[in-house]
Amino acid sequence: MSKKCQCGEDKICQLDKVIKEHKDMAGALIPVLHKAQKIFGYLPMAVQKQISEGLDISLAEIYGVVTFYSEFSTEPKGKYQINVCLGTACYVKGANDILDQFKKQLKIDVGQTTSDNKFSMNACRCVGACGLAPVVTINEEVYGKLVADDVKEILEKYLD
Amino acid sequence: MHIYSSHVLVCSGTSCTSKKSPELIKKLEEGIKRKKLDEKIQVITTSCFGLCAEGPIVVVYPEGAIYSNVTLNDIDEIINEHLVKGRIVKRLLSGNNEGNNSYESADFFKKQVRIALRNCGVINPEIIEEYIAYDGYQALGKVLTTMTPEQVIDKVLDSGLRGRGGAGFPTGRKWLFAANAKGDKKYVCCNADEGDPGAFMDRSILEGDPHSIIEAMAIAAYGIGSDQGYIYVRAEYPIAVKRLNIAIDQAKELGLLGDKIFGTDFSFNLELRLGAGAFVCGEETALMTSIEGKRGEPRPRPPFPANKGLFQKPTILNNVETLSNIPIIILKGADWFKTIGTKKSPGTKVFAIGGKINNTGLVEIPMGTTLREVIYDIGGGIPNGKKFKAAQTGGPSGGCIPTEHLDVPIEYDTLIELGSMMGSGGLIIMDEDNCMVDIAKFFLEFSVDESCGKCPPCRIGTKRMYGILKRITEGKGEEGDIETLEELAETIQAAALCGLGKTSPNPVLSTLRYFRHEYEEHIVNKKCSAGVCKELLDYIIIPNDCMGCTKCIKVCPTKAITGKIKEPHIIDQEECIKCGACLEACPFGAIIRK
Ligand SMILES: Cc1cc2nc3c(=O)[nH]c(=O)nc-3n(C[C@H](O)[C@H](O)[C@H](O)COP(=O)(O)O)c2cc1C
Ligand code: FES
Repeated sequence: MSKKCQCGEDKICQLDKVIKEHKDMAGALIPVLHKAQKIFGYLPMAVQKQISEGLDISLAEIYGVVTFYSEFSTEPKGKYQINVCLGTACYVKGANDILDQFKKQLKIDVGQTTSDNKFSMNACRCVGACGLAPVVTINEEVYGKLVADDVKEILEKYLD
Repeated sequence: MHIYSSHVLVCSGTSCTSKKSPELIKKLEEGIKRKKLDEKIQVITTSCFGLCAEGPIVVVYPEGAIYSNVTLNDIDEIINEHLVKGRIVKRLLSGNNEGNNSYESADFFKKQVRIALRNCGVINPEIIEEYIAYDGYQALGKVLTTMTPEQVIDKVLDSGLRGRGGAGFPTGRKWLFAANAKGDKKYVCCNADEGDPGAFMDRSILEGDPHSIIEAMAIAAYGIGSDQGYIYVRAEYPIAVKRLNIAIDQAKELGLLGDKIFGTDFSFNLELRLGAGAFVCGEETALMTSIEGKRGEPRPRPPFPANKGLFQKPTILNNVETLSNIPIIILKGADWFKTIGTKKSPGTKVFAIGGKINNTGLVEIPMGTTLREVIYDIGGGIPNGKKFKAAQTGGPSGGCIPTEHLDVPIEYDTLIELGSMMGSGGLIIMDEDNCMVDIAKFFLEFSVDESCGKCPPCRIGTKRMYGILKRITEGKGEEGDIETLEELAETIQAAALCGLGKTSPNPVLSTLRYFRHEYEEHIVNKKCSAGVCKELLDYIIIPNDCMGCTKCIKVCPTKAITGKIKEPHIIDQEECIKCGACLEACPFGAIIRK
């Protein structure tokens, strides 16, 4: 297993290791960004800088890549990430009503995080479970065949 | 080898996993052990049978009984009745399946021909030996030991296989271009980005039969003279990513990937690259730019990827479903393949049927099957006695096919003639409750979101079209809007840089072609007869249900509602601003939107 970090900055150390492992890989930036986001939860400027120095890629280019892909976030996300599927199969089965209900219950809009940092909400395009439309995922959990009335009940599960 | 008398197959695809199939497996295994049947009965974790809406699915062989919507509470009954006493649990049987012969006889499966999905729901995708037992890696062995690269390409050319990723380009021709291209290094890429919202066949193949993709990529690499491959897969597909990683490791361990495969001089290495949520990266040049670690923007063609693709080297890119056809074509031959499907489009196509249809799920049909057969015979028709309105194929690049064309045989060219396209195989069924202007707006919004911004016709044009559609659905449509839409569509089609832009007007053009009256109704009469566009609906009080409680009168911000206590109230449509406050306030459900 990996050695315990010496500098007390565990996450920075972890990222350094990732950068070293990928240094010689062709097209390493995106795999490194994926791993960095896993470590930090998001990609703040300091992390982008560290990657820029480690991989010898300009910060401008890294920023350009980070902002191009919707998977990458420069803002911290909530503990539970709600993704409401607005793919075609879900849309024709009333996914908009489900989205409205989440907005109403959480009092946030798409792309926002609740003030207690518990929930972030996003709309996504097809999670590949179209047979269960309309579909919502919360972290790794998939909820299918939803009606608007289910939303409250689902959220209650996460209110510990 | 141990022989079991019965097998219990449990699906572990995305849909069934989300409905707790892993817990079913655990309980089945424990129960079978407790009954001391574990010598005779084996529980197998498989992947998608295609019946996703009825999951979790459990299939018991040799009877081929398909049990659907199985819960933990049903497991004891399945064990005690079926596995111990041999009596099928009729209560749990799916659809019309009698459970007395193989599951292929169920209506859902009868018209299907499973080639690309041949191993899905049959083998355990995490065990390479199971793939090998079903002829896996035999095609690669045959190719490496008995065929020249030219013969491999000839065979694929001869089979007439066309790309299943959308455009239908002949696969053999693509390989031939790359084989003839000069270069010290060549790449083989697999497009597993599956961007069409509403399509999930590639996901199912990756989750259910990952080795078939690895094998096919190695065959392609041998054909064009490459030693390095990349699979570009969506990050949104965690189970697929996990199974691919397992499969690659297992193949390496057995010497089926890596150096000197099958003891020949052929070497091939494979890497996985994760997408990061950009639809345009499904486009071939954008995908390659993304693997290079850059913003996934498309590049102008020419140069074509066959000459200058990934890292500026000759490259081929194929879709997952295309590749899954390759091993079996090598083993069974081009002539066999051509007996299936039509002359111009041999083979099969997998469709993900969804939307307003009874049996949602994955189906694989011979090309040339009619839409009517897919919707009514396999799909079981439209639920709740509603009327079919249109089928959408091709996702944001495609179009809608109305009732009058239900008998058209499905193949690449016929769909294009109808103003739609095959696309990757999403087939969304819409009924009378879906508004076609709203659907066109939905797809345009998708294109606006996903336009990478590099070329102005797509970046600005789609936004303008979306703006007009939005206005129309809000009751602010004007005369001349339809003409402006058509004009914009023409410009974008002609001037956009890549396929995303060029095809983005299709949903509008095809709905205009078949449902122009709906646009006119929205613009001229300010009405949406499907009842979808909220701003175009009237709020009406049903006199018989209204108790005259005056609650609605109190909440109405424009004082549009009048009436005496204990007498039915009335909404003045001129004053109503359609805020919906009255509908929420009414305790008797007497207010409706129409
Ligand atoms: C905007 C856009 C998105 C695309 N998305 C996909 C996709 O998600 N999956 C796919 O296989 N092909 C997609 N394609 C088609 C690819 O560019 C390419 O034609 C295909 O992967 C080639 O493989 P094939 O010949 O085996 O079909 C897309 C094309 C465009 C223009
Ligand atoms: S459209 Fe929502 S899961 Fe596919």
